Amino acid sequence: MRALFCLLLAGTTACAGAARSTSTSTTPARDSSQAAIGLGSTSTPNADPFPSTYVPFPSRTTVIRNVNILTAAGPTIRNGAILLQNGKIAAVGATVNAPGDALVIDGAGKYVTPGIIDDHSHLGVYAAPGGNALSDGNEATNPVTPQVWAEHSVWPQDPQFPRNLAGGVTTLQVLPGSANLFGGRSVVLKVVPGRTVQAMKFPGAKYGLKMACGENPKRVYGNRGGPQTRMGNVAGYRSAWIRAVDYRRKWDKWNADHKGDPPVRDLGLETLAEVLRGNILVHNHCYRADEMAQMIDIAHEFGYKIRSFHHGVEAYKIADLLAKEDIGASLWADWGSFKMEAMDAVKGNMALVDHAGARVIVHSDDPSGSQRLNQEAAKAMAAGAEIGLPISEDQAIKWLTINPAWALGLDDKIGSLEPGKNADVVLWSGDPFSVYSRPEKVWVDGALLYDRTDPSEQWRTDFELGFVPFTGTNR
Amino acid sequence: MKLLISKITASLVAVMIATATLTAQTIAITGGKVYPVSGPAIDGGTVLIVNGRITAVGSNVAIPADAQRLDATGKIVTPGFVNSSTQLGVQEIGAVQETRDVSARGKDNIAAAFTVWDGLNPNSVLLAPARKEGITSVVVIPTGGLVAGQAALVDVVPGTTTDMVIRAPVAMVAEIGDPQSAGLESRGELMVKLRELLEDTRFFQTHREAFDRAQTRPFAASRLDLQAMIPVIEGRLPLVVTVDREADIDAAMRLAREFNIKLIIGGGAEAWMMADKLAAAHVPVLTGAMNNIPAGFAALGQRQENAALLSKAGVPVALIGNAGGGDEEAFNVRNLKQEAGNAVAYGLAWENALRAVTLTPAEVFGVSDRVGSLQPGREGNVVVWSGDPFEFSTRVEHVFVRGREYHDKTRQDLLMERYRNLPNSHNTPPQ
Repeated sequence: MRALFCLLLAGTTACAGAARSTSTSTTPARDSSQAAIGLGSTSTPNADPFPSTYVPFPSRTTVIRNVNILTAAGPTIRNGAILLQNGKIAAVGATVNAPGDALVIDGAGKYVTPGIIDDHSHLGVYAAPGGNALSDGNEATNPVTPQVWAEHSVWPQDPQFPRNLAGGVTTLQVLPGSANLFGGRSVVLKVVPGRTVQAMKFPGAKYGLKMACGENPKRVYGNRGGPQTRMGNVAGYRSAWIRAVDYRRKWDKWNADHKGDPPVRDLGLETLAEVLRGNILVHNHCYRADEMAQMIDIAHEFGYKIRSFHHGVEAYKIADLLAKEDIGASLWADWGSFKMEAMDAVKGNMALVDHAGARVIVHSDDPSGSQRLNQEAAKAMAAGAEIGLPISEDQAIKWLTINPAWALGLDDKIGSLEPGKNADVVLWSGDPFSVYSRPEKVWVDGALLYDRTDPSEQWRTDFELGFVPFTGTNR
Repeated sequence: MKLLISKITASLVAVMIATATLTAQTIAITGGKVYPVSGPAIDGGTVLIVNGRITAVGSNVAIPADAQRLDATGKIVTPGFVNSSTQLGVQEIGAVQETRDVSARGKDNIAAAFTVWDGLNPNSVLLAPARKEGITSVVVIPTGGLVAGQAALVDVVPGTTTDMVIRAPVAMVAEIGDPQSAGLESRGELMVKLRELLEDTRFFQTHREAFDRAQTRPFAASRLDLQAMIPVIEGRLPLVVTVDREADIDAAMRLAREFNIKLIIGGGAEAWMMADKLAAAHVPVLTGAMNNIPAGFAALGQRQENAALLSKAGVPVALIGNAGGGDEEAFNVRNLKQEAGNAVAYGLAWENALRAVTLTPAEVFGVSDRVGSLQPGREGNVVVWSGDPFEFSTRVEHVFVRGREYHDKTRQDLLMERYRNLPNSHNTPPQ
């Protein structure tokens, strides 16, 4: 699909990186046939009508020396070094061979971690300063809206983006809200300044599908035609998947033989069909253990995988099931009791789930909490210690980096400090699990995009100019 | 069904009360680094509690022979923390109306007579988790409308509301940040409404007999609301005004000057912009250190240095939860120490952060003779920490409220115990 786009835009820079995606997408014959019909008229796996235009910011070769490194790929390296070169991590270890022109940063007493990844954000779709005009996260007009895409709501000038970056967050999954059974497609963004959302999109990242269990859909639609009950919710999921299976079969057949007119395109079913093909990852808002088990059965019934349960405050009750099914648990450290289905929240949730062998992810769902995911992990570590389930820093760093990277299908590119991976790196003033530590510098693809010691270089959105007092430190 | 539920609740409460231990009349906490807050830290200090009250604090305290000794060597000893803005006990489950008793309908958004503590549920399962993490007193604060009602300061102890209350009321609460939520069109109109209420209170105060004979003009508020406002205009009861925008804080200060009101700013996102004026007027601010979101046009200047900048200017600061998630008012009252740690990370001196969660709130709400410091005569509200109280890795080792130690099993603990070891099949519920 990317290749086709390049044909139409021959000679433009938008085709960068197309060669790689060609090999994994469609056959040339099919491409030419689609070109004849015209872009947008066919339902095609891996379609990418709003391609990323992200280009890494200028970077220089950088070495951080004499620093403690939490790699998320092995034991902590004490007083080690890391080399960032050409946007990638070139070397990490006790020492590194740095070129003579490299910028050298002394990290004595400090810590380096991979960039933090929040797999549950609404930045841009619920932008500050808020209010109805910027409330773009829930298409609460119908309980089934897989046809909406979060990226079409993202406001790149949301002043919450630079604050997130200053909290060490380098990658975000922006999700639609949870009013609907199917809320729509998510988008994975790099936390970088951009005039357009396309300029923030993580190149090559898969889309996610937001689904929601429980109270929210039945509360929103209870008096608006339903679902009014949890059983109504489940009927809603299954009815949609039945249509999606049918839709996928018809399109797969037509894509294979091109006999007759193509089936009619349906944006929503296209998204669901992509889930069934394994090209879109399911992120399911679900609090209660019993409902998570039902969602797993629905996934089995229709042959798709749930990538991660979000908010699972009762994940600890079915941690073994999550481990068996290889489903992530995107969790809060200590939020609960704000509604009935959040009543059984316990502070030991993450530790219990981790010790049962399931994949813990610290997520936020909150623009403020997203800036302190390290502190959320630290609270969960303390709760684990209290119940005799200690969590090492080497394990907890995974909750913040490689595990959410996996949830987004990006664990081959980000989430750990290993040679060849993207140089998304945070330098912390101290141990990231201390309440007193803060990110000092944040690199995205090797480019220094946040420096607490240099306020003049800090990213300020258009919105902030004039409106938000420039203090130089309010990050 | 309802009967069954109340039986379960009753037995839960029984379990929790039964876990209180160390009930000796005289308790000596020895050897720790003691932060009385009212004075300098004492290395290897002793805190003596007799019959629920602190009787001595120092490095050379004579320990009675019958005292139960608690060795706190290597530990930190502080007063129990005071969270100045909570809905603890008046909100159990946010979205379940039946468990929410935080606001009053009032008349035209004025509910000055509303005594929020009358709806307090001492059996709330959220009390024990707060206490377990070192919160021994809270201000229970009403919300909603223009004048939300009266706040109380309570100790986090089992018993009845009467048992828990340290003082009620400790403040009147008004919310002036959002005219629309008060049913009004603009900030100016909101101030008119407040001024009318205060003027009517003055008139009512001096024309009570005429009022009782129905010989007065109509008032802006009901009899009970006017009556409740009298201590506010007499300067006996502080008025907490929750407000964020600099200009709105200034408007609140003008009104306070005009009516001789003892003002407390709640929230105060942009208070740092006028720190000097607040300091000069001796107006305390209740604020947090975990929010930097320009979350509305009234909070564009919100920043995490707020508490530090105010403190540097000489403004009394009491820390409250302001991370923005919402449930910090009830479920996460316990996270006050995280606010304090973040306040330090954003420039507040450590000792001032400790003061901002102990003695300052006690002073602001007029109960420093009862709680907030380790001094003779104060309630035996004492916490022994394994290390720095603000640090995540620190454990709360002992919590005393009124001289009695609690290490309750909370509802959360019971759930974790139940699911700690999962059965082999996920289809089998644990016993």
